[in-house]
Amino acid sequence: MKFSDQFEARFSDMLTHYPTKRSVLVPTLLYAQDEVGYLSPDVIHEIAQRLDLTELEVSNVISYYSMLTTKPRGKFNVQVCTNIACMLRGGEELLDHCKTKLGIGHKGTTPDGTFSLEEVECIGACSWAPAAQVNYDFHENLTVEKMDKVLDEYRKN
Amino acid sequence: MADLVSHPDEVKVVSKRFGKSATNIDRYLELDGYKAVQKALGMQPDAIVNLVKDSGLRGRGGAGFNTGMKWSFVPKQSPKPKYILCNGDESEPGTCKDRLIFEHDPHSVIEGVVIAGIATGSHAGYIYIRGEYRYLLEIMQKAIKDAYARGFLGKNIFGSGYDFEVYWHGGAGAYEVGEESALMESLEGKRGIPRIRPPFPAVVGLWGGPTVINNAETLASVPHILLGGAEWFAKLGPPKNGGTRLFCLSGHLNRPGVYELPMGYNLKKMIYEVGGGISGGRKLKAVVPGGSSCPVLTADEIDVSMDFDSMMKAGTMLGSGGVVVVDETTCMVNFALRIMKFYQHESCGWCIPCREGTDWLKKTLTRFHHGGGVKKDIDNIQYLSENMLGRTFCPLGDAAAMPTISIVKKFRKEFEDHLEGKPCPFEKAGVTEPAAVLA
Ligand SMILES: Cc1cc2nc3c(=O)[nH]c(=O)nc-3n(C[C@H](O)[C@H](O)[C@H](O)COP(=O)(O)O)c2cc1C
Ligand code: SF4
Ligand code: FES
Repeated sequence: MKFSDQFEARFSDMLTHYPTKRSVLVPTLLYAQDEVGYLSPDVIHEIAQRLDLTELEVSNVISYYSMLTTKPRGKFNVQVCTNIACMLRGGEELLDHCKTKLGIGHKGTTPDGTFSLEEVECIGACSWAPAAQVNYDFHENLTVEKMDKVLDEYRKN
Repeated sequence: MADLVSHPDEVKVVSKRFGKSATNIDRYLELDGYKAVQKALGMQPDAIVNLVKDSGLRGRGGAGFNTGMKWSFVPKQSPKPKYILCNGDESEPGTCKDRLIFEHDPHSVIEGVVIAGIATGSHAGYIYIRGEYRYLLEIMQKAIKDAYARGFLGKNIFGSGYDFEVYWHGGAGAYEVGEESALMESLEGKRGIPRIRPPFPAVVGLWGGPTVINNAETLASVPHILLGGAEWFAKLGPPKNGGTRLFCLSGHLNRPGVYELPMGYNLKKMIYEVGGGISGGRKLKAVVPGGSSCPVLTADEIDVSMDFDSMMKAGTMLGSGGVVVVDETTCMVNFALRIMKFYQHESCGWCIPCREGTDWLKKTLTRFHHGGGVKKDIDNIQYLSENMLGRTFCPLGDAAAMPTISIVKKFRKEFEDHLEGKPCPFEKAGVTEPAAVLA
């Protein structure tokens, strides 16, 4: 299993931050996922070995956190918030629009692997609702038209 | 990234460096940065604790516990290392304020952590930031690195002989991890399942050592108290409710945004003046005063002072500062359902009343909203919620129950209007999904 140099540097650095190795697990999983796309059996095996954990222990942690996934997602993961502040300002309509436009449902991925879609809980953008995240980028004060533009921009990349 | 707003009634303390490029350490220093830590290094730890106690600073994470008091519970002598843990998991629906602090003034959080450390005799602190806030984690990583490079962190900080390490930590998506004991589990690399208390974290926390856990806004307030004094801070708000708060106004408002207002600011004024009133000139129906866990207030109940004690008297909570404004066109059954869907999704599943209760309530509310409700469901929703209260290992069970109980009590008529096959009166024709009797 090969990760980037940046990953390795960060990983070694993080190990010095805590009295136990295991403490690096959650951030490390997310960084590994960012590189590989998902937490494949190989990634789980590798991280378990590095941290002296069993693969089962690692999988158990993975299943708890909503951002971690053992299944590949699209290149751009569109996460639409429908929690209360967003719901009041059209978050659900935005989600429905994305479903229609992308032709996929909650946790679905387009056949070409470009987009996946997720309905998510509050992402901390309530005062700028409705909001969505595409991968880690925030998009706020959205309308259906703005969302279309956002998606088209990503499609070009 | 997120837009900043302002209003003449604002009193900028925590937000005073917003929009002023204070992520740059030199700029931060020009704006009185790192002066408070140096002051703290010349003080007796007890004097710092007392100063913070007297300032009336109360936890901005939701529970509103007196911060100095919390620090005073940390034992002076401890065979195990003591820790400071900054809670930046910010996931309570309606809340988006810590985000602005991390984005605009990360060094103030670092400073708050170090001061808490000096006050409690700790030598290490962690700043936990939710996984979705990746860009903020990067801002924090840089801020920490810059502070180390200047000798503000690490061995012998500011040449004082005192050592203090600060580390960043990123989450990976989980509301429950914001609960203090689950936060420690997560930092230790585990699932975010809470711990049974007692022992409290101040005595047995991270890796068994005494641990102070504070919200990011709480910690960011501390340097200002050191520089401005306890009396000044206390007097910004009503008795026992010192300082200001970042209120996150959202929902059906003309000018939503995060505004820093004195503690005790009137809620009605907050909605109609600061927030610019209800969109489209519509009527107000309800307000969630401090994040989705709080009992809702009706339009008749908003002439209240936004401080911890007054909100308690009004039968609700000041909570996390998330003020969600709901107008007359909103279906409160649907609103209650959305809140319950959230808690059901986030329940860690450890205690039966929370795990089963949230699931049953979600199913009942779903069926009810889609017109499959019967009269006795209304009482059942209330009864089920009431029986979750106080019967769980962590407050998430209560957080799910409290808003639900308040909505059933205060908006019972809306539930009745949904009864027995009637379509939701608030949905446009054809919008409601077909009634699922046992969804
Ligand atoms: C389910 C749940 C979620 C919570 N989420 C957060 C959070 O995201 N951020 C936070 O600061 N406090 C959160 N809290 C409150 C913390 O448990 C804790 O009281 C707080 O971090 C203490 O800091 P304070 O005294 O400065 O408020 C949560 C509590 C519960 C029960
Ligand atoms: S109340 Fe809910 S979230 Fe809290 S410990 Fe129990 S099951 Fe977990
Ligand atoms: S409710 Fe959508 S970002 Fe908070």
